[in-house]
Amino acid sequence: MRNILSSVIAIVVITAVFGFAYPLVMTAFGQVAFKSQANGSLIKQNGKVVGSKLAAQGFTSPRYFHERPSATSPAYNAGATTFANLGPTNPILAKNVAAAAAAVLKLEGPYNPGLTIHDIPVDAVTTSASGIDPDISPAYAALQAHRVAAVRHLPLSTVTGLVDKYNHGRSWGFFGEPGVNVLELNLALDKLGGK
Amino acid sequence: MSGQGIAQILFYVVALIALGYPLGLYMARVYTSDRFGGRRLLPAIENGFYKVVRANASQEQDWKSYGGTVLVFSFLFFLVLYAVQRIQGHLFLNPDHLKGVPAHISLNTAASFITNTNWQYYGGEYTMSYLTQMAGLAVQNFVSAAVGMAVLAAVVRGIARRSTGTLGNFWVDLYRSLVYILLPLAAIVAALLIWQGVPQTFDAHATAHTLQGATQTITRGPAASQIAIKQLGTNGGGYWNSNSAVPFENPTGLSNFIEMLAILLIPAGQVFMFGRMVLARRHGIAVFASMLVVFLLGVAINLPSEQHGSQVLRNSGVNITQGHGQSGGNMSDKEVRFGQADSAVWSVATTDASNGSVNSGFDAQTPFGSSVQVVNLFLGEVIFGGVGSGLYGMFFYIVLAVFVAGLMVGRTPEWLGKKIEAREIKYAALGALFVPTMVLTMTAVSIVTKSGLASIYNSGVHGFTETLYAYDSQSNNNGSAFAGFGATSFSASFGTVALFFGRFVPLLAALALGGALGKKKIVPASAGTFRTDGATFVVLLVGVIALTAGLMIFPALTLGPIVEGLMH
Repeated sequence: MRNILSSVIAIVVITAVFGFAYPLVMTAFGQVAFKSQANGSLIKQNGKVVGSKLAAQGFTSPRYFHERPSATSPAYNAGATTFANLGPTNPILAKNVAAAAAAVLKLEGPYNPGLTIHDIPVDAVTTSASGIDPDISPAYAALQAHRVAAVRHLPLSTVTGLVDKYNHGRSWGFFGEPGVNVLELNLALDKLGGK
Repeated sequence: MSGQGIAQILFYVVALIALGYPLGLYMARVYTSDRFGGRRLLPAIENGFYKVVRANASQEQDWKSYGGTVLVFSFLFFLVLYAVQRIQGHLFLNPDHLKGVPAHISLNTAASFITNTNWQYYGGEYTMSYLTQMAGLAVQNFVSAAVGMAVLAAVVRGIARRSTGTLGNFWVDLYRSLVYILLPLAAIVAALLIWQGVPQTFDAHATAHTLQGATQTITRGPAASQIAIKQLGTNGGGYWNSNSAVPFENPTGLSNFIEMLAILLIPAGQVFMFGRMVLARRHGIAVFASMLVVFLLGVAINLPSEQHGSQVLRNSGVNITQGHGQSGGNMSDKEVRFGQADSAVWSVATTDASNGSVNSGFDAQTPFGSSVQVVNLFLGEVIFGGVGSGLYGMFFYIVLAVFVAGLMVGRTPEWLGKKIEAREIKYAALGALFVPTMVLTMTAVSIVTKSGLASIYNSGVHGFTETLYAYDSQSNNNGSAFAGFGATSFSASFGTVALFFGRFVPLLAALALGGALGKKKIVPASAGTFRTDGATFVVLLVGVIALTAGLMIFPALTLGPIVEGLMH
């Protein structure tokens, strides 16, 4: 009996401290110290939210760099993230990879003479884990740079310069892997003007 | 494997030891001081808590009384957590207007979070309100962790003490775990994660108008505070469905390192804490070394398998070679910013511990790569393991190891001056073998019944592995998944059984073991005493783990990952 009473009171006290006070204090800290990050790293243009630095948004226009395939429904749904969950020997995986590779060849081939499937980096044809991976590998960005430069009538060096600029590298030069943030890169391209 | 990848792995191990060791000594003080935290303020608050909850903190409990309090406390919290999910639609802090959670999902989730598992048959961002996440699930991330830590402290006292039946007071151990260990660490980690980009807000989701004119919903919430404790408390339940693979949960290479460190920090520290509390530093180091060996072995299997890539990707003709601007390998259900090395270390660490958060999708990993996770779970998550539960699970194997050594030299086995006799062996065998037996039985039942088969997503051999993994993970309170495995009312209810028995049978066996050891006298070590430090002991302990749980999982491993790996 005594255990039950103690437990009930403890549940109330613990919920108040760890369920309310702790997240409230952390929220206050976040909103003061790191306001942008604490609110989802949103990117604004002319006062309007155009996306988040941390979410792919499904670019399809040839003027833009494209992200990796996404398994969410619909694709690039930042409100319902998911893996594809296709096993490593699943025939559907083979079909999806082949289709994605064919699409890349068709899109990038005209701008990359001699492009074969062996030149396509693996991240271009595989779903990301979150479905909203904001990055592409520098190799995939280099492949797309030819198309974007041609479509926008920009010198290739201008576009590859921007790719290098938005390659975040490893954190502190050591942790994780390099990657190019697609939304930031595309925003920078739009700022250059041109057609 | 690149030099950079190996450097990251080594740095991780060094950081784990450098931070885990002082933390371990600190935790030993937390659990052994009569008055912790100075003379005035902190002890006054602590005593205030005991007064409010009407606990007699100065009264020590024997193992039965301690275990009884754990059960009552956990079960009542289970009821609360179930209720909150069911009625969240009528409660506050629900800006996205989510409805009540269905009964079978609420049941499984409540059991899952009470037992420090965080198996998730739901997607957090579109199922759970801010209130449920923050004041329900995240509270359990603290509490279930603290319960495991408290039980470990009690068991260690039993090992350290002599000729006494008591192991400490549950309320004291609970309070100190929560307030002096988990809370400060969680606040530090949460602050670092916000800095790196994890949201911490009460605003509803944001709506973006994308560059191509579409609208995009960006879910957010009080996430950083929850993710910090989900890692530190080896809970692992994601705020978002894709867990720590989602950029909002884990935005950068640095946040990934911080979270990976948080996964193993307390369990690693507890090994040093144990060494200090039983005054056998070298024994603690030997146990730590055994764990480290198995951990590195796991990475050494998973990483090359994933870097080599899956058969499908190798046959497709695309470029999976590492270098020239990509990390290469099996990138299915992996994130660019983590690549292969960080995904491999995470996968091994999260299943060595009872954490279960993931930064890549396990269902898509190569057969040999993900077999490491299957085995890690099956060993009972004793390689560092869950907070508290990992080390008390390892005690079962240690008892079995000294027993085997005793048989070999023909002496009564001893552990830290205590004679190991029939009663201790029984508790250790129960603790070490109950859960593996349950995993195999439940997998078998699930695989031969129609309702069980309905959960499978990938057909064939891989579907068997999905099922095995589901019961392996829930029974061992891990929570990671081959995430294609689906929620049905059968799998959710059956899983609930696995969650409860998987948590409380070993927990009570460990308390009973601690209670039995506490009553014993200390026998002075003699020339014939088997040494429980040094390399021989490390080899013996790892060998015993491989020969018990390792051999038990082997047939199932053959039917699943090994066949799949050899078939293609």
